[in-house]
Amino acid sequence: MLNEIGVSSAEELFDVIPRELQLGRPLNLPQALSEQELLTHMNALAEKNKRPLSFLGAGAYEHHIPSVVNHILMRSEFYTSYTPYQAEISQGMLQCIFEYQTMIAQITGMDVSNASLYDGATATSEAAFMAVNVTRRNKVLVPWNVHPQTRQVLRTYCNAAGITLIELENQDGLSLQEIIEQSLDHDTAGVILQNPDFFGCIEDLQGIADIVHNNKSLLIASVEPISLALLKPPGQSGVDIAVGDGQSLGNPLSFGGPSLGFMAVKENLLRRMPGRIVGQTKDQDGRRGFVLTLQAREQHIRRQKAMSNICSNQALNALAATVYLATLGKEGFVELATLCMNKAHYAKDLICAIPGFELAFDSPFFCEFAIKCPGNAENIAQQVLQDAQILPGYYLGQEYPELSNGLLIAVTETKTRQDIELLADALAKAAVTGGDLA
Amino acid sequence: MKTNQDFPLIFERSRAGRRALDLPQNDVPTTGKTLPEHLRRQEAAALPEVSQVDLIRHFTALSRRNFGVDNGFYPLGSCTMKYNPKINEDIARIPGFAQIHPEQPPETVQGALQVIYELGRMLSEITAMDEFTLQPAAGAHGELTGLMLIKAYHLHNGDSHKTEVLVPDSAHGTNPASAAMAGFDVVEVKSNMAGLVDLEDLAKKVSDNTAALMLTNPNTLGLFEKDVKEIADIVHAKGGLLYYDGANLNAIMGICRPGDMGFDVVHLNLHKTFSTPHGGGGPGSGPVGVKKPLIPYLPVPTVKQEGQTYTFDYNRPLSIGRVKSFYGNFGVYLKAYAYILAMGPDGLRQASQDAVLNANYLLHQLKECYEVPYPDRCMHEFVISATTQKEYGASALDLAKRLLDFGFHPPTIYFPLIVKEALMIEPTETESKETLDAFVAVMAAIAKEAEETPQALQNAPHHATVSRLDETTAARHPVLKWTGED
Repeated sequence: MLNEIGVSSAEELFDVIPRELQLGRPLNLPQALSEQELLTHMNALAEKNKRPLSFLGAGAYEHHIPSVVNHILMRSEFYTSYTPYQAEISQGMLQCIFEYQTMIAQITGMDVSNASLYDGATATSEAAFMAVNVTRRNKVLVPWNVHPQTRQVLRTYCNAAGITLIELENQDGLSLQEIIEQSLDHDTAGVILQNPDFFGCIEDLQGIADIVHNNKSLLIASVEPISLALLKPPGQSGVDIAVGDGQSLGNPLSFGGPSLGFMAVKENLLRRMPGRIVGQTKDQDGRRGFVLTLQAREQHIRRQKAMSNICSNQALNALAATVYLATLGKEGFVELATLCMNKAHYAKDLICAIPGFELAFDSPFFCEFAIKCPGNAENIAQQVLQDAQILPGYYLGQEYPELSNGLLIAVTETKTRQDIELLADALAKAAVTGGDLA
Repeated sequence: MKTNQDFPLIFERSRAGRRALDLPQNDVPTTGKTLPEHLRRQEAAALPEVSQVDLIRHFTALSRRNFGVDNGFYPLGSCTMKYNPKINEDIARIPGFAQIHPEQPPETVQGALQVIYELGRMLSEITAMDEFTLQPAAGAHGELTGLMLIKAYHLHNGDSHKTEVLVPDSAHGTNPASAAMAGFDVVEVKSNMAGLVDLEDLAKKVSDNTAALMLTNPNTLGLFEKDVKEIADIVHAKGGLLYYDGANLNAIMGICRPGDMGFDVVHLNLHKTFSTPHGGGGPGSGPVGVKKPLIPYLPVPTVKQEGQTYTFDYNRPLSIGRVKSFYGNFGVYLKAYAYILAMGPDGLRQASQDAVLNANYLLHQLKECYEVPYPDRCMHEFVISATTQKEYGASALDLAKRLLDFGFHPPTIYFPLIVKEALMIEPTETESKETLDAFVAVMAAIAKEAEETPQALQNAPHHATVSRLDETTAARHPVLKWTGED
């Protein structure tokens, strides 16, 4: 090959790089490992990660992933392909994404979905940018009960883009709707809500949607996909842009990523939506086929005038979501959500029967709820982990100092009655001794 | 392969009452009304109802209508479609990695934190940067993050007038789009006749308002920007920073490093250079590395080592904040970590050397039958032009579609924008000479076809699962979901 090219060595091919820029020494990295050594090393690292019985949620949920999901993801025709630029040999992935878009539209009750974004938090930020572009206003409102990390990402994005982000605080005696009503003005592009909110509380969004629309602003709702099997979907509550994190749809926790962000909008916002979109068309012989479409919105065509810079998204995670939803099917999806809800409510009943424990908020909830402990919740959680090897939930005080007694507990179908009873027992014991750690 | 029937959608396979999975019985007492009626969904989502075997056959059949690196040669320029080692797929699925919750106390996830810490150190060594964040989920996300860091840096130094980002006309579309998203104005810098940044034009465009220059090196023409030091000096002299788009790092691993060239901020595409599969469009991973002065602005949290333990550092008052939930695409960068350990320092260097060798070999062979706008040697990729073929009536698109008939994924087409009828070819290091020769033979045959029977190209592909698809109608009358009507 060197002869053909007309050079004497492979090094010569790098002659164009000025001498003084060449490294001239080996990289200071560990020497290569064989496959066997690599696996031993990685297994040892994995062993350092513990997997106690866990009731952690707070935006990442442990669900059983049906075996079929991984078997489809392992089809390397899917996972070793690039973004489907060449539609004729990418019909498999394109059709999967079309089916994904259909399912997201079905569960959210919205008109159209894109092909996925990075995660729920960045999808929310993209939605905020979209509201600003559509309304040509520059202010976005987000209340305290939206996931803290979603708000943190929003802050970063809005700060860079010069968008005014108003973070609304809880006010005693006022409803969320009243707080939002007070804050809307002629410069408000959009209002971002989360339902169920970060504390698990479910609210009817329709009333808020009406006042937001009266102000000619857009309503953005971040929703949990599995809850949509039972809850009134955003498309029927006046929401303009529905977003969320799709991790719970067949994607492992994987220390928080990769998951996928979904976004679905009302028809009139379609051409302002960021990200890839798959559309149906026909081939020269009249057969149905699928292509990436409405690309005039995107960076590779519009460059700095694009709706977003997004290019790679989370296609394989969207495929997981598609297979997962198809595996559950119409009935299974509702059954699964009902199981989660029943188990969470059983856990709530047991825990709130323990002296000193009570629900932090008196609202309907789905599979996650906040409790007040009879002492510092971080200490109690530590005690439970130490004594019973259970992660009892997310310590709310880390983001909400006024909730230092608060614990956010998620219960999914993966928890048996016995698991839940173990949790309640451990909390009861820790409540007695938990102060010791303080 | 072809039939006249539409391939069914999963919804069209649905029959009421069929199921693919049994769920556990409810084992807890239920207390009745848990959800008030007005909050309830009235009608179940119309998800498909299929048996497990029908479901598996559906998605297996769809996979056979898709083309990945495991199916054949994939010389998609600037995408580095190298082989994805299988062991890394197994590693990412080890329960100790796949089943840990991001909110677990740090003492229960020391292995994960060690991966984050060590991968950051390794990427720093490879790029000559001082610290990395692994939070960005993809290359474009890395660009956005890097530009936010640059903005925060200038603002903290009181340089609020630095509002412009310079982008060469050969740059990826994400560069200007990311700059705009980060609130910058974009100023385009021309390429010269040799395909490199035009230093005169750069000198004209750079000013006190310059926040940064974004540069891909080697650039998208596959040419090394040999004047990079001078470019860096020009930008630095005005107080601007130099941003490295890492899409093409595969050409230079262990040979030269962005940090030594004068770059201040770097993003990498682990799904390109570091062998993590692209997943049909993601998930990717786009870590960002910076030189010391920019470390304080990195996203929270970072991971630090204290003795034998690893902890999160949230106490970073100048940080731009978070750019993604949790800690980025852990399951993806875990594979890149494994790849670097498997390759070692010599293996990485060899990979780049072979990538450049393969590209030069292809370039040399294709020169015979295609126009090559920049005839010099290339790095890991190069651009040819189908202008001659276009005169016969076969465009770059037609050529690409014809390649499908021969079992090759086509190169990137119509990019970079500065080359007419561009085909951008990146073979990567994992391809054998035999594969390259087979590709050359087909490209030569297609060039001949273009001259003799261009209509054969215009109607290509002839042997794919579908014939040429109508993209215009798709955009004009968008059908974006199945509605049950045809």
